[in-house]
Amino acid sequence: MTIENGKVSPREFPTNRGGLCQKGWTSAELLTSPARLTTPLVRRDGELRPATWDEALDVVAAKLRALREEHGPDAVGVFGGGGLTNEKSYALGKFARVALGTSQIDYNGRFCMSSAAAAGMKAFGLDRGMPFPVTDLDDAGAVLLVGGNPAETMPPFVQHLKNAELIVIDPRRTATAELATLHLQPAPGTDLALALGLLHSAVADGHLDQRYLDDRTTGFEDAWRIAASWWPERVERVTGVPVADQRAAVRILAEARNAYILTGRGTEQHASGADTVSAWINLALALGLPGTKGSGYGCLTGQGNGQGGREHGQKADQLPGYRKITDPDARDHVMGVWGVDDLPGPGRSAYELLDALGQPGGPKALLVFGSNVIVSAPRSQHVADRLKALDLLVVADLVLSETAAVADVVLPVTQWAEEGGTMTNLEGRVLLRQVAVEPPEGVRSDLDVLQGLATRLGQPAERFPTEPEVVFEELRRASKGGLADYSGVTYERLRQGEALHWPVVGESTPRNFLDRFAHPDGRARFVPVEHRGPAELPDAEYPLQATTGRVLQHYQSGAQTRLVRELNQAEPEAYVEVHPDTATRAGVRDGQLASVVSRRGRTVARVRCVPSMRVDLVFLPFHFAGEGRANLLTNPVLDPTSRMPEFKVCAVRLESV
Amino acid sequence: MRNVVVVGYGMAGARLADEIRRRDPKADRVAVTVLGDEAHPAYNRVLLSSVVAGSLTPEAVRLHDEDWAARHHVDLRLGGSVTKIDRTRRVVHVDDTEVPYDALVLATGARSWVPPTDGLLDGNGDLAPGVVAFRSLDDCARIVDKASPGTPVAVLGGGLLGLEAARGLAGRGCLVTVVHPVGHLMERQLDAGAGRVLAATLNGLGIEFRLGVLATRYVPGDGLELNDGTHVPADLVVVSAGVRAETGLAEQAGIDVDRGILVDDALRTSDPRVHAIGDCAQHVGTVSGLVQPAWEQAAVLADRLTGAAPAARYAGTTVVTRLKARDVDLAALGDVHVGVDSADDEVLCFQDPARGRYAKLVLRDDKVTGAIVLGAPDAAAAITQLFDRGLPAPTDRLALLLGRALPAENEASPADLPASAVVCRCNTVSKGQLVSAWRAGATTISAIAEVTRASTGCGGCKDAVCGIVDWLAASQPQSA
Repeated sequence: MTIENGKVSPREFPTNRGGLCQKGWTSAELLTSPARLTTPLVRRDGELRPATWDEALDVVAAKLRALREEHGPDAVGVFGGGGLTNEKSYALGKFARVALGTSQIDYNGRFCMSSAAAAGMKAFGLDRGMPFPVTDLDDAGAVLLVGGNPAETMPPFVQHLKNAELIVIDPRRTATAELATLHLQPAPGTDLALALGLLHSAVADGHLDQRYLDDRTTGFEDAWRIAASWWPERVERVTGVPVADQRAAVRILAEARNAYILTGRGTEQHASGADTVSAWINLALALGLPGTKGSGYGCLTGQGNGQGGREHGQKADQLPGYRKITDPDARDHVMGVWGVDDLPGPGRSAYELLDALGQPGGPKALLVFGSNVIVSAPRSQHVADRLKALDLLVVADLVLSETAAVADVVLPVTQWAEEGGTMTNLEGRVLLRQVAVEPPEGVRSDLDVLQGLATRLGQPAERFPTEPEVVFEELRRASKGGLADYSGVTYERLRQGEALHWPVVGESTPRNFLDRFAHPDGRARFVPVEHRGPAELPDAEYPLQATTGRVLQHYQSGAQTRLVRELNQAEPEAYVEVHPDTATRAGVRDGQLASVVSRRGRTVARVRCVPSMRVDLVFLPFHFAGEGRANLLTNPVLDPTSRMPEFKVCAVRLESV
Repeated sequence: MRNVVVVGYGMAGARLADEIRRRDPKADRVAVTVLGDEAHPAYNRVLLSSVVAGSLTPEAVRLHDEDWAARHHVDLRLGGSVTKIDRTRRVVHVDDTEVPYDALVLATGARSWVPPTDGLLDGNGDLAPGVVAFRSLDDCARIVDKASPGTPVAVLGGGLLGLEAARGLAGRGCLVTVVHPVGHLMERQLDAGAGRVLAATLNGLGIEFRLGVLATRYVPGDGLELNDGTHVPADLVVVSAGVRAETGLAEQAGIDVDRGILVDDALRTSDPRVHAIGDCAQHVGTVSGLVQPAWEQAAVLADRLTGAAPAARYAGTTVVTRLKARDVDLAALGDVHVGVDSADDEVLCFQDPARGRYAKLVLRDDKVTGAIVLGAPDAAAAITQLFDRGLPAPTDRLALLLGRALPAENEASPADLPASAVVCRCNTVSKGQLVSAWRAGATTISAIAEVTRASTGCGGCKDAVCGIVDWLAASQPQSA
C-alpha cells in the first residue's frame, strides 16, 4: 500500500491483489496516534519519566556493563520480533553476539513458525514458508488448509483460494471454514492423528504417487509403519473426524490436477507441533506434491516479517543466512564478515529465556525489540513475574505496550512508513520498504538505538551502521553461501520492481525444489512421527479445552491495533466463544463476563454463545491485555525440537464472575 | 536385569514389546524375549479386511520390519512352538530348548471357531479344500487366491469380521452370500431394526443374506446346504463364526482358565509371575477379541514390568464397534438393547431405511450410554466423541442426530438481514452502514466501496454488496 497526506491507499501487488482489510486501511492512524511515544522514558522513583536519548542510552549502557562485569556476558538477554525488518533482525543478532557477547537471544517468531520451520528443514533441508509464489495457488485444483484462518487473519490472501476446492481443518467453524468445500473438525490437539489417518487413506485408497516416492524421496517405509496403525476408523474415534470425510479429503487432493497443503499456527503451536507438521508434509510427499510445479507444501507466515525475521540471526540457534550457529564453517564465515574472532554458541529458546529471567544462572537484564511478551508469551503472569525480577528491562517500541509499561527504560522507535528496510514475505520474496513520512521529533530507528548502545559498550560505530541499505550490503555478504542466500539481492534491483525470491545468487528462485531438494542426496525425507495428543487433558476440575487465535481487527498482542479507534470499536475487549449448552451448564450467559480458569491463571472475558462450537471447547482471541489476556491460561510445555509452546490447547473451566 | 518372556508375536505381544521399549529404549531395565509361532514378522490383524478387499498389500500390514528386533534389543524367536510352561523352574519349553523367565506374558491370542457343519473339516480335523478361516495373513492369501471376479463365495457368520470380509470380497466382484444363524446381523451390537437396515445397505452393494438358518453340510466344488432345505453355491467358504481364546498352555500349566486366561487388574493370572493380555485373556468376565483392549493392556503391563508406573491398573476398555467396510458407515457403542419407552433412559430413534439410515441413541442423565448410528457419518463421529469423553449431549437432540449444529440458513435476501448483520468481514461493514451510505448518495458499487470500504478486502462480499444495492434500488419509489 502507499500513504499520502496521512491517508492509506491500496496498491496492486501479487499477494493482496489491491485488497486491504480494516487493519490496512486504518494503519495510518498509528503514525499520528496521541499514544505514540516521542521521548525516551527512564524509571525514576518507581515512575517512567521523560529523559534525553543520551541519558537513556547512558543509563542502559552503564547497567549492562556492570552486569556483564559481575556476572558474565550471558547476564544480558535480547528478545526480538518477527515484525522487525531484515536489517534490524540482522543487526540485533550481531549486536547481541558482538557488542554484548551474549548467547541469550531469541525472538517471538519462536512462538510463531518454529514448528513448521523445524519440520521443513527435516523434510526438505530448507525452510521457506512457501517455496513457490503465492500466485501459484490461483491455479490449484485443491488446497488443504490446516489450522489457518486467513479469512480473519489476512483476508486479501483468500482471493488466491477462489478457484480451488478448499478443505479446511480447524476445530472451530471459522470464517475460513465457511468458505470450504469440506471442513474437518478435529478435537483440539489431535491433528497429528488426523494427518496419519489421511496418509493411511492415501495408501489404502490407491492415491500413493509411487513414482515420485521412488525418484524423489526416502524413508516412506518407516513413516508408513506408523500410519498403518492409524486406520480411518481409529482416527475417527480419536479426532472426531468422520471416516467418510477423511477419505473425501484425500480423494479431493489426489484427484486435483494441482494441489497444495498449507499449515498455519493452529496445527503448529503444540508441544508436538514439529512432528505434526512433519505428518502433514509426509502426506504431501505421499501424494507427490512438494517440488512439483503447480503443487506443494507451504506454511502461512504469521507476522509481517515472519519469514525474513527467522533467517538472519535473531534466533538462539542461528546465524545470518539461515546458518546453524553450531556449524564451524558457518561461524568462520560470519566471524569473517563481522571482523571478530569469537562468537557465543546457541542460547535458550524464547520461553526458556523468559522463564530464566532473574533466576540463578539466568539473564539479569533483557532488551526487548518489537515484542510485547507480557501479552504474547504463554503463561503470561509467570512471564510478568520474571520480568519483575530483572535488574534491568529495556523496551524499544512505538507505543507504551504492556511490556514497555513495566520497563526500566523505554526507547521510542520508528514504525513502518517512517523507515526503510526489507521484509521477506510469506513466499520468500524480498520486499523493499521505502520511507514515506518523516518520523515524529524525538523518535529514532532501532538501528540508531543499536549503534548508540554499541558505541557506549566500546564498539566502533562503523560496525553498527544506521543506514538500512548499508546494513543490507553487509547482510548480503553474511548470508552468502547460506541456505537463505541474499547475496544477489540489492536495493537497486528491488527499487526497479524485480521479484526476488531467495536464494538469490544471481537469479531469483521463485520455486525451490523443482529439480532437487536441499538435502545432500537431493531427496525429500519422510520423517516417522507418532501421535501424542495434548500435554494437558481435561479432567473433573478442568473439564473443557481452550484454544486461542486471532480476530480480523487486531494484530498480535494488540498493542498497536487496540489504539486505532475504528478497530477497537469493532472488537473492544476480550471474549470467549462457547457452545450455548456449555454456557448454560457453567451458569454464564451470552453477553456477560465470565472467568476462564486454567492451572496457570484466570482470564476474564465476555461470553459469546456460538452454536457451531464443540461442547468441550472454548476459544479466546489473544490480542487483549490485563485480565483479558488469553495467555494467562496457556500451557508453556515446549515442543522438544522447535521449542514451540502449546498455545493451542489447554484444560480449563468456565465460571461466572 | 529383569527377564520378560512374551509368548505370542501377534498384535498384543508385538505391542507389549514396543511399549516396553518405549519406556526402556536401551534395555537397561528389562530384557525382552518374544516367541512367535508364525515364521514372519507380526502384522496388523485389524487390517486383514483391507488385504482381502485388495486396498492394502500383505507387506503393508506388517507391524515391524525385518530388523525391528535387532534395533530394539529384543530377542525375537520365530517359528518355534512353545510346548510347556514349567512354573516351578520358571522356564518355558520351546521345541527342544528352555527359555528362563522372571515374568512370563501369555499373548497367545485366539483361534477361529469352526461351526459343526458336516464337511467343513477333513479326516485329519483340518479345513476341507475350499474352506478358509478368516484369521491370519496366510488365510487372507488363500482367500485372495480364490476370489476372482464372479466366484461364488459363502461367508459363514454375519458378525463384524464376517461382514468386513464379505464387503471386501463383494468389492472384488465375487458373488457373496452371508449365512448367519441369527435373525439379524451383528446381533451382539445391533437391534433388529438396525440389523435390517444394515442388511439392506449391504445388499445394495451386492451381498446376499440367509439369516436365521444354519449350514448343515458343505460339499466341495458345490456349496452349502442349509437347514431350510435351500442351497448356497460356493467355490469358497470363508469361516468367520467367532473365535476361541488360546488357553491350552495356561491350562496345562495349572493356571486358572475360564473362557480365557483369568487375569486381575494388574493383568496377573493365578500365578503372579505369569501375565496374560489380548485375545487370550479374560478380565472381569470379558474376553474382548478386539485390538483396543489388547493395546491398553499392553501399555499397563509395560508400565508395571518396566517399573515406569508399578501401580498401573487396567480398568477395562470402553468398546466402540465400527464396521470397516467401504461405503457403509456403522458405529455401535454401549448398551443399545433398550426400548424407546424405557422409564430410566431417554431413547431417541430415527429410521430411514429407504436411504440406509438408522440412528438410536440411549441417554442417561444427558450422557450417551448407548448408540447405533448407521448411514450418518457425521453423527457417528460426533456421538462417539461424546461417549468416549463422557460429555453431556447437546440439548438440541436433533442437531445431535445430525452430528453437528444445524447449518446456517441459506443466504437470506437482503431485506431479511438485520441491520447489524456484518456484510463485509474484512472491514466490519454492516448492512446498516451500507444502507446509510446508499441513502447519503453512494448508490453504485464503487461509490459504496469508496465510502464504507466494503468489498475492498478479499472481495468475497462483492455479490452480497451488489445484492443490497440492487435491493435498495428496487425498493426506491419510482419517480414519475
